[in-house]
Amino acid sequence: MEDSPAIVARGLKKSYGDVEAVRGIDLHVARGEVFALLGPNGAGKTTTVEILEGHRKADAGEVRVLGHDPARRERALLERIGIVLQETGIEPFLTVEEAIELYRGYYPHPRPTDEILHVVGLEEKRSSRVNKLSGGQKRRLDVGIGLAGDPDLLFLDEPTTGFDPSARRNAWQVVKNLAALGKTIVLTTHYMDEAQNLADRVAIVVGGRIVAEGPPGTLGGTELEQTRISFSLPSEAAALPASFGATASGAGYVIVTKEPVRVLYDLTGWALTEAVELADLTVSKPSLEDVYLELTGGVAGTE
Amino acid sequence: MSTARLALRQVRYENKSFWRNPAAAYFTFAFPIVFLVIFNLLFGNARLTLPGGHIVKQSTFYVAAIVAFSVITASFTNLAMNVVFAREQGVLKRKRGTPMPPLAYLSGKILHSGVIALLLVAIIMVFGKAFYGVSLAGNRIPAFLASLAIGALSFSAMGLAITTVVPNADAAPAVVNAVILPLLFISDIFIPLTTAPKWLSTVGNIFPVRHFAEAMHQVFNPFAPGSGFQGKDLLVMGIWGLGSLLVAAKFFRWEPTR
Repeated sequence: MEDSPAIVARGLKKSYGDVEAVRGIDLHVARGEVFALLGPNGAGKTTTVEILEGHRKADAGEVRVLGHDPARRERALLERIGIVLQETGIEPFLTVEEAIELYRGYYPHPRPTDEILHVVGLEEKRSSRVNKLSGGQKRRLDVGIGLAGDPDLLFLDEPTTGFDPSARRNAWQVVKNLAALGKTIVLTTHYMDEAQNLADRVAIVVGGRIVAEGPPGTLGGTELEQTRISFSLPSEAAALPASFGATASGAGYVIVTKEPVRVLYDLTGWALTEAVELADLTVSKPSLEDVYLELTGGVAGTE
Repeated sequence: MSTARLALRQVRYENKSFWRNPAAAYFTFAFPIVFLVIFNLLFGNARLTLPGGHIVKQSTFYVAAIVAFSVITASFTNLAMNVVFAREQGVLKRKRGTPMPPLAYLSGKILHSGVIALLLVAIIMVFGKAFYGVSLAGNRIPAFLASLAIGALSFSAMGLAITTVVPNADAAPAVVNAVILPLLFISDIFIPLTTAPKWLSTVGNIFPVRHFAEAMHQVFNPFAPGSGFQGKDLLVMGIWGLGSLLVAAKFFRWEPTR
């Protein structure tokens, strides 16, 4: 049983009125894995995790979370998962410590309060009222409360949205600490670098579908193996031989190739022979960000 | 932990939160006392003819009325607002993702509003005795406590039920007050209904506020015979309470709608 996957989902669909938020998503998350759903806002990430958490009921498809159907909200399942939602309040007049204590009381085997405070780095704020915390501290308390029951599986819905860079680094460290404890973590994010840094496996979600999936290093597949050579030619230059396979791009040309060394040798050889200057000659590899932007149709990161 | 223990634990945390918001706590208590004082200043010395021909000072009427009002404030108005705000802040949704049974959480809130209601009633009674010489006969205490308990429970149930028609926190004060304020005027709480048209009195009788007020008036009425139990009034309140509980159980929402 413990070898069974943490999450299996097949053909998940969910609409709100006329809007199809999720249009057939399949997921497979192994135990101990850190899995990221990456995508622009409105891609269906939150709807997907809220189905996994039991907050939403899928219109179609099958879900098993730790062997349970989450829509049934069985206590046996809720005792083993931790949920950190995108926007949820915490009792504003309690202290950090009291809030954690309150939630610990709901679980059969809670994690010690001191450990939770340590993992999320709120030891110094333990006696502060929740309504006096900064945004970043509140978010860390969110995660702390998600850990109250010492869950096997933790959901983190956009854990760092709205953070400044140093707060993000701190939050990443928290997630890494949790992963080191062997927790299965499902997180959503619209930051490429966050998925790259934290996840063992990433699924890119666009328009309610998964458009790419795999370890962050392999995402983008063949596209990442391509090199882009761009340059421009003076107007009086001789015509570029068609064998280079160059395409016009703006004021210049672009060659996309898997053999940059040979192509550059031929190209520069031709230029020397013809005595043509290759202005703005640039050789570049696409970053994962470029792949992501291409997959998401350029709508990512507009927030 | 059992549901009962979780509920009691919730009461403790509710209580902490309540007293740490001093402005809210202060006005929860000040409100009924201010009403008691103002109504008595305005009408307290007037004479009220009770059914049966007995004449009493209207201050007797107001102590009983404000006792009922206190319970309604704590168990209905405050509870409904508290739940709507918790829903708005996302606290309810967060609770729902934990293994705690929803019943434990809501019972905790209901019990805490009951504790506040009892405190308020005690203050009004002390005030009534000290300034208006109104007190409760010993043989009325069972009827008094029964009326308080049924009142607090059924108005709590109504408080939960009304949250199902309040879409979000911005709408809460408007909706809750629009429901309760007119009823307080036509139910022998703010004004004795001696001169009201018959139809208005009939309308008032449909709703539970009037019956709660009558139960309290009879408990405090020095000329009423017997123990002061108003079986019929308590029954109507209980029916409203049960009906509301069913509505709340069926339609309760854990997230605000906009």
